[in-house]
Amino acid sequence: MNRHRIQRLGFVLVGCASLLVTAPILLVVASIVVRGASAIDWEFLSTMPSQGMKAGGILPAIVGTLWLLGGTALICIPVGVGGAIYLAEYARDTWFTRAIRLAIVNLAGIPSIVYGLFGLGLFVLFLRLGTSILAASLTLAIMTIPVITSTSEEAIRAVPVEFRTVSASLGGTRWQGIRRIVLPQALPGIITGIILGLLRAAGETAPILFTGAAFFLPRLPRTLLDPTMALPYHLYVITTQVPGMPQQVQYGTALILLLLVLSLNVIATVIRSYFRRRRQW
Amino acid sequence: MTGSAVCQTSRPIPDAGCAIEARSLHVYYGIFRALKDVDLQIERQKITAIIGPSGCGKSTMLRSFNRMNELVPSCRTEGKVMFRNRNIYDSGVDPVEVRRRIGMVFQRPNPFPKSIYENIAWGARINGYRGHLDELVEESLRLAALWEDVRDKLQQSALALSGGQQQRLCIARAIAIRPEIILMDEPASALDPIATLKIEELMRELAERYTFVVVTHNMQQAARVSHQTAFFMMDADRAGYLVEQGPTRDLFTNPRDRRTEDYITGRFG
Ligand SMILES: Nc1ncnc2c1ncn2[C@@H]1O[C@H](COP(=O)(O)OP(=O)(O)OP(=O)(O)O)[C@@H](O)[C@H]1O
Ligand SMILES: [Mg+2]
Repeated sequence: MNRHRIQRLGFVLVGCASLLVTAPILLVVASIVVRGASAIDWEFLSTMPSQGMKAGGILPAIVGTLWLLGGTALICIPVGVGGAIYLAEYARDTWFTRAIRLAIVNLAGIPSIVYGLFGLGLFVLFLRLGTSILAASLTLAIMTIPVITSTSEEAIRAVPVEFRTVSASLGGTRWQGIRRIVLPQALPGIITGIILGLLRAAGETAPILFTGAAFFLPRLPRTLLDPTMALPYHLYVITTQVPGMPQQVQYGTALILLLLVLSLNVIATVIRSYFRRRRQW
Repeated sequence: MTGSAVCQTSRPIPDAGCAIEARSLHVYYGIFRALKDVDLQIERQKITAIIGPSGCGKSTMLRSFNRMNELVPSCRTEGKVMFRNRNIYDSGVDPVEVRRRIGMVFQRPNPFPKSIYENIAWGARINGYRGHLDELVEESLRLAALWEDVRDKLQQSALALSGGQQQRLCIARAIAIRPEIILMDEPASALDPIATLKIEELMRELAERYTFVVVTHNMQQAARVSHQTAFFMMDADRAGYLVEQGPTRDLFTNPRDRRTEDYITGRFG
């Protein structure tokens, strides 16, 4: 075989592999769209479930998921990014910071149900927050923070040391250099980390299962201490716990969840490319 | 950033010719001594060149004039650096304020990935400059002989400039914070001969207003551009020390020390 043949064979193999990777995703999305699209109309998005959730809409689940996402973001962004700044810019290399890094890497690999149980123990029971949006958001935040911290730290470290030196030589304090040179440079990476983390939080059921998710609530949550319905848990409920559920509603709910996650993804991409363009300038 | 600062509080009359002065200065990286017992006077509104073989501590010397060595965690300084009748290493002195007074230009041109305008305005902004920024930017660029090149593209990226232009931009950026002394570490070594000559010309013009300390590997450059020259060497234990210092012409035509003569005539190093 000559080398051109080998090259062509290589292309074919790589092409097949990428097809194999994307085909299942496309199939899943397609089947959800085909079976679920007809369920979605304004009423589906804007009304409460009725007739034992077999009819009506999924408004409280959508609203609940947005509450949870908002609460999680509020907690995990400052803590996660702050921790990343500390680790990348201030922490000396000691056994303590090494232990923190090790913990972060390992935390990212812990199964989400473990976070759920931890949240139940710490927030719901010990801190007496009850099953509430607050407890669930805290639990989701704990799960999300390691993702945000490690991606943000990497993004911050990728900014050349030189800029910090120059900033200092111009009479800038350490923080001014970080705030005005390093962070703007690292922002696209940080935002990617944040959205990746929130994406995971948006779709998880296990962490909110014992900490804030409700099977069915006849009204929307009013305060952070209310429990709430949420899309992933609602989906789980209507696919496994309710006999005689119309398939259309199940797929419709899945489609909404998918769209939510997808739109977050799109937002991340848009923000990133916007900043990248601005950085070239 | 205020109060304890070196120069902001009272303005003592500095002694006539000397802008900054190292007294019995020792600098260590961990246990390694990079500079030992340096006494070096830098004259006001003159260009002082620091020459010497590689590794003899020229950059270390330069950075100890504005406490940039402190960014290296292992670095430790003993002795004094007198600036405006005060030791900048005194415990009450804020290194940030020192660097605001004593600017620096690096070997590699390193503009921020921002517009030309923002590069110049940056130092002024973080130092709470209250004047007219547009004027400051224009004046600084004019002083750095860059204004004509960039006046129509102030909002474009500084990274689109040529290497020589970028280095002049860095000089303008350093000038824009109105320092009294400008330290330069081989500022032309990454540039072609023409850009190098431009930088040298610029330094000579600016020396009417500013005090320059420039590290260079290039003996001709030191001879061409500087008024004063300080020659450093390394000991057997690799610690750098000052061999001699004097007016450039004297040092090059009539060195007092044998080692200086050997070095400038190219017999070693
Ligand atoms: N950050 C550092 N950590 C440890 N040692 C250092 C550091 N910077 C410099 N040194 C050491 O200090 C000595 C002087 O270094 P310096 O960079 O000041 O020399 P130099 O005269 O500027 O050399 P060159 O002409 O090659 O630039 C060298 O032996 C160098 O290895
Ligand atoms: Mg050097």
